[in-house]
Amino acid sequence: MSAVKQQDRLAVSDSPLDGRTEFPPVDRHALAEKFRRFLNPDSVLTDDETIRPYECDGLSMYCEMPQMVLLPETVEQVQQIMRLCHAEEVPVVARGAGTGLSAGAMPHAGGVVLSLAKFDRILSIDPAARSARLQPGVRNLAISEAAAKYGLYYGPDPSSQIACTIGGNVAENSGGVHCLKYGLTVHNLLSVEVVTAEGDRVTIGSDGYDSCGMDLLALVTGSEGLLGIVTEVQVKLLPKPEVAQVVMAGFDTVQRAGDAVAGIIGRGIIPGGLEMMDGFAIQAAEDFAHAGYPTDAQALLLCEVDGTREEVQDHIHQAEELFRELGATSVRTSGSEAERALLWKGRKSAFPAVGRISPDYYCMDGTIPRSQLAHVLTEMQKLSEQYGLRVANVFHAGDGNLHPLILFDANVPGEFERTEAFGGDILNLCVEVGGSITGEHGVGMEKIRQMPNQFGNLEVSQFHGIKQAFDTRGILNPGKGVPTLRQCQEYRAIGPLQTPTATGDGGASHG
Amino acid sequence: MGDIGAQLQEQVQQAVASRTPLAITGGGSKPFLGRGLHGEPLNVGDHTGIVSYEPVELVLTVRAGTRIADIEAALAENGQRLAFEPPRFGDTDTIGGVLAANLSGPGRPWQGSVRDHVLGLRLINGRGEHLRFGGQVMKNVAGYDASRLQAGALGTLGVITELSLKVLPKPAVEQTLVQDMTAMDAIALMNRLAGQPKPLSAACWYQGRLYLRLSGSQPAVEATAEAWRADSGGRMESLENGHDFWCQLRDQQLSFFEGSRPLWRFSVNPTAVMEDIDTDALIDWGGAQRWGRQDETLSTMAERAGRAGGQVSLFRHGDRTGEVMHPQPAPVRAIQQRLKAAFDPHGIFNSGHLYSWI
Repeated sequence: MSAVKQQDRLAVSDSPLDGRTEFPPVDRHALAEKFRRFLNPDSVLTDDETIRPYECDGLSMYCEMPQMVLLPETVEQVQQIMRLCHAEEVPVVARGAGTGLSAGAMPHAGGVVLSLAKFDRILSIDPAARSARLQPGVRNLAISEAAAKYGLYYGPDPSSQIACTIGGNVAENSGGVHCLKYGLTVHNLLSVEVVTAEGDRVTIGSDGYDSCGMDLLALVTGSEGLLGIVTEVQVKLLPKPEVAQVVMAGFDTVQRAGDAVAGIIGRGIIPGGLEMMDGFAIQAAEDFAHAGYPTDAQALLLCEVDGTREEVQDHIHQAEELFRELGATSVRTSGSEAERALLWKGRKSAFPAVGRISPDYYCMDGTIPRSQLAHVLTEMQKLSEQYGLRVANVFHAGDGNLHPLILFDANVPGEFERTEAFGGDILNLCVEVGGSITGEHGVGMEKIRQMPNQFGNLEVSQFHGIKQAFDTRGILNPGKGVPTLRQCQEYRAIGPLQTPTATGDGGASHG
Repeated sequence: MGDIGAQLQEQVQQAVASRTPLAITGGGSKPFLGRGLHGEPLNVGDHTGIVSYEPVELVLTVRAGTRIADIEAALAENGQRLAFEPPRFGDTDTIGGVLAANLSGPGRPWQGSVRDHVLGLRLINGRGEHLRFGGQVMKNVAGYDASRLQAGALGTLGVITELSLKVLPKPAVEQTLVQDMTAMDAIALMNRLAGQPKPLSAACWYQGRLYLRLSGSQPAVEATAEAWRADSGGRMESLENGHDFWCQLRDQQLSFFEGSRPLWRFSVNPTAVMEDIDTDALIDWGGAQRWGRQDETLSTMAERAGRAGGQVSLFRHGDRTGEVMHPQPAPVRAIQQRLKAAFDPHGIFNSGHLYSWI
């Protein structure tokens, strides 16, 4: 017997699959009443004042007021919400802590926000199997804190880890500073429980390391709330390394620092963290954190090695030697946990430090092959002059993830628009050199304009097919993540860079 | 030989036009996998060659028909390797086949699986379109992860033509330790040791003996080996030529895998106790992958796997006309059928190979 309802089967046709943009109008009062039949009345927020805080996520330039905000407390309630929204074709935007940086949790004007804030319990930790079962609203850092008594921790550590939730991490496939060695969220999951667009409750993955058939767990990870509502997450835990030490090295050119990164990898060392900052970011961070950074350097590397005592000693020694050989103007190694924390403090406070010297800043998230770093930074400097906007760079050098911070003043008319255009040019530059428009923040609403530069129409259409396989009526986070084919056409037409249009050969613009 | 991407695309387009089912093959090294494979052969095995390899970037891009041995030879010149230790069942295993079958070696719990190392790929879908997903960078969250989706799909969603993979440095040294013990004790010890921050890189129990592999920098491996030997009261000892054991395990060359009884693969909670299975099993992946040789039905084995928190497949031999993969609940089945339809609307590729209903 087929499990597929006839009306929800994909039509066999050769016309391209596309995204949904139109939804029936919502009668707010009537819809709220329906939700109140199975939700605590206090969990259905409809008045503008109460729902105002939900109008945006961490990217506050993008905001929209939803029809209402729902705060369910049980998975059954989430299922009931989805069944109702599926039946009435009401858009649903899932939300965790709202720390996302790509407006992925920005509400839909004609829909509901489904907040998972009340799902904040650590369900169990299994120290022997090294795993933890979590509700989606558990904060990232809380996992490692709870696992610490077993000598374990959770690997991915996005910089918002104090506040961001594991459900949001699954939606965005979040990374952090340790990705090269420990992977992204997708590498650290065992299973997720998902409530589907139709309200079914399914588990994807298992306690084992893989499952039969196509890898739905990987597909759901990073799907930005477009494929289902995550209601439970099982993560792997790792043994806490015996020791970690960091070497800080200053260089007088970005190229030299880039060579040093290549040198470390070339020696067969995979650092736990490998971060780079440019001159502007070094100065800002030092003024803020007083970490003892060499402010005369044009590039700073922080290379952290973790593992057993013997291994760390061996690798740290090699790293120091190599950095000196490659012309480092200064080399300093942490001799204590306090010193290690201090050296990281500057890097970790780079964003607020830049925030202090500018009324506003806009954080970009492109990835590039590491060998392209010097070229990309040079081009970025030209763009900076062209747009008349300053830019500071922090870079996850180990995995090629660039975070340019564009400094601007939102009170100056037109300056944010210029900032966005500058940011768009940076992302297109990343794609041109073989990289991606987003390494860890997601596409959301923010980077939808750059998607057609990274993907051709055929890929975009295939993405819509994937979406429809999970969400036949297109109600989950509509308008995010993947542009419609019509948008692709528009954005390519007005885009600042000419990119090849789709051909029978795929048409994506990887160089 | 070389780049036959255009030819493959043309063959698919013709098959789509005439609604001819295709059976995708690579090196032909794993004909025993899945359910029967019916259709006109589409041979990806001649689509070979390294497209680009940047040792410093840790990224390799290869055509899907490239042989594992050729890839490893190229990587070895730069002291690198495929850290997921792809198993090989002959001399002709291709990288595309390894991904389609989602096969990874003994180091999988520590170094990750083949899907974990996939950065991007190219795929011909059932509309005859040659698509490109992911990229050649470590981090890329633009668009859905259609690359990793292919792991385990057994070619039911399309023809993988090219892959970009993360590669890693070879460990400086390796050492193998062995100790005789029961399966139950071995499962407990493997999990306990895996919870320590030590350079453990493989753990297997076979015929009454626990095998542990340490990999990494020389001082770290030696110090750990010495400490563990001391902890065991001298019962744990080093194994000469340990590398051979791990290769035989990886490639299913141990005597356990001989004969034609059904070979079951369990992917389960590493700490699970499987009373009906463990004693006669080969236990790999620190407890998370167990191999059994029982004349049982899939539903019986699926029930046992479920109790152990995981899934089972009939990997080799046995009845291959019925289902050979763990049953899926109805909503998940529906999603997979719709995914199949989204990639392959006319059901051209490897129909019925994974499940009867895909």
